[in-house]
Amino acid sequence: MKILVTVKRVEDPYQAIKVKPDGSGIVTDGMNYKPNPFDEIAVEEALRLQAKHQGEVVAITLGSDKATSELRQALAMGADRGILVKHDGPLDSDGVARLLQKIVEQEKPDLVLMGKQAIDDDQNQAGQLLAEYLHWGQATFASKHESLESEQEKAKAPGIQIEGAKAKVVREVDGGLETLELALPAVVTVDLRLNLPRYASLPNIMKAKKKEVKELTPAALGVDVTPKVTTLRFSAPPARKGGVKVPDVATLVDKLHNEAKVI
Amino acid sequence: MNNVLVVAEQLGGTLKKATLSAVKAGRQLAQRSGGKLHVLVLGKGAQGAAAEVASYGPDQVHLAEHELLEHPLAEPYAQVISQAAKQLEAAYVVAAATAVGKDVLPRAAARLGAGLATDVLAFTGEGTDVTFRRPMWAGAVLAEVKIATPVKALTVRPTEFGTAEKGAGAAPVQPFAAQIDAAAIKTKFLALEQVKSARPELTEARIVVSGGRGTKGDFKPIESLADALGAAVGASRAACDAGWVPNDYQVGQTGKTVAPELYIAAGISGAIQHLAGMKNSKVIVAINKDPEAPIFQVADYGLVGDLFKALPELQAALQK
Repeated sequence: MKILVTVKRVEDPYQAIKVKPDGSGIVTDGMNYKPNPFDEIAVEEALRLQAKHQGEVVAITLGSDKATSELRQALAMGADRGILVKHDGPLDSDGVARLLQKIVEQEKPDLVLMGKQAIDDDQNQAGQLLAEYLHWGQATFASKHESLESEQEKAKAPGIQIEGAKAKVVREVDGGLETLELALPAVVTVDLRLNLPRYASLPNIMKAKKKEVKELTPAALGVDVTPKVTTLRFSAPPARKGGVKVPDVATLVDKLHNEAKVI
Repeated sequence: MNNVLVVAEQLGGTLKKATLSAVKAGRQLAQRSGGKLHVLVLGKGAQGAAAEVASYGPDQVHLAEHELLEHPLAEPYAQVISQAAKQLEAAYVVAAATAVGKDVLPRAAARLGAGLATDVLAFTGEGTDVTFRRPMWAGAVLAEVKIATPVKALTVRPTEFGTAEKGAGAAPVQPFAAQIDAAAIKTKFLALEQVKSARPELTEARIVVSGGRGTKGDFKPIESLADALGAAVGASRAACDAGWVPNDYQVGQTGKTVAPELYIAAGISGAIQHLAGMKNSKVIVAINKDPEAPIFQVADYGLVGDLFKALPELQAALQK
């Protein structure tokens, strides 16, 4: 089977994000970039499915030349080849979905795997939009029954199972887990608990440098990426001011009773 | 066309509380746009939910009853939501940012050619030029977002809007003739495994007691205090990732957003991803061994100490 997996270049989630004084964006000086953590989970799942069902894993990123670095990281994890759709300006989720639609029409994968959201703009909509544009089934927030990547966990049924032309997907919903059956091809977006992504080994990092990366542009794909949704300005949220330290439990209880009056 | 359509959420005929927040947000939008507030209830046997939401002040409730709407699958739901939005001339299509809302609304937006803003916190502006505030980078940044399309779709974060109050009377409930193209649906519902708990739901609880890495996997003191207070149990991502507690305990950027009256964080350091999910709680108590833990920067009351000692003491003092 052929799996298309998306990789977005995002700010390192463990670095502090600061808004520029003029509100036009965030401060990028000294910023490190990484593949979106949810996308790494998608790549890992694609590789596990490939190990079981053979076929090809194609990683795709949309963005500037710099995003090649994140694409290569997916290739170093084990994806077979990459596609970079070069675009430097703003791109909203709808533009992403329509670009991916064109790529899917060219590549004809059996499955598209994506992170449920990117940790920069936290949109959580591109996968769903793509599924609708393709008239495909979707399963968002693919997950597993428990979180541990222990021996016990590994023995459990994976969150995404392919049987013939169907996929059975366990997904996180409010208050529990839902299982859906999708006719392939389909779009699946992945949640945190699906797997623990592998690290790329040094030999594989070297190998990844030689893997094929095809470059495309929105114009070449015939997609107008004028955003439907634009950000007018960015701001820092009002800081919550820290309160007081209490010396002991008795003082805490007194404060909760008499000052905060919440108990 | 400046009407507002709120998509209700129900399970087995019972209205989800988050819908009341979406209705409240929808009313605010209708006041800004000068349009009517419509609510669409989808399901099979959802009359009870329709009757309930009708008493919370919408102008009209539309009930789409259909065999294929029994489970909240994105494909049939999006078909019916987009039909309703067109028929009711909605300029704004709104759902709560719940698992269902997040799953379904983008597909409906795609069918309507509507731009979508997710997890909206607040509105600015009037008429068809309302702009939307939404969080980015785990809430480290607030973005003021404009949607250029004639129809605008949004999911709203329930905790930011509170809940709609009961109106004087009930809005009329009308049947909505859902046209579903069954052949176009590629997804089949197989099972729903609900986590059974005697505790209140995390996002709806008045008090939440959460544990993190500091519990070292022992959530007993957290659970015991929660039960004594009638509270929900939450957890940091670290605790969920370690498999100490189920996933749906997770509070934060990638988990649930809560805003209870009292949030007690025990053994949680306070990474920004966790703060994103709880910093709008009314009162925050932090208990942590490390006096430098970032959680103390947002806590109203901080206690430096061992949670295994402090929590039982707290429980004993509160039960007196």
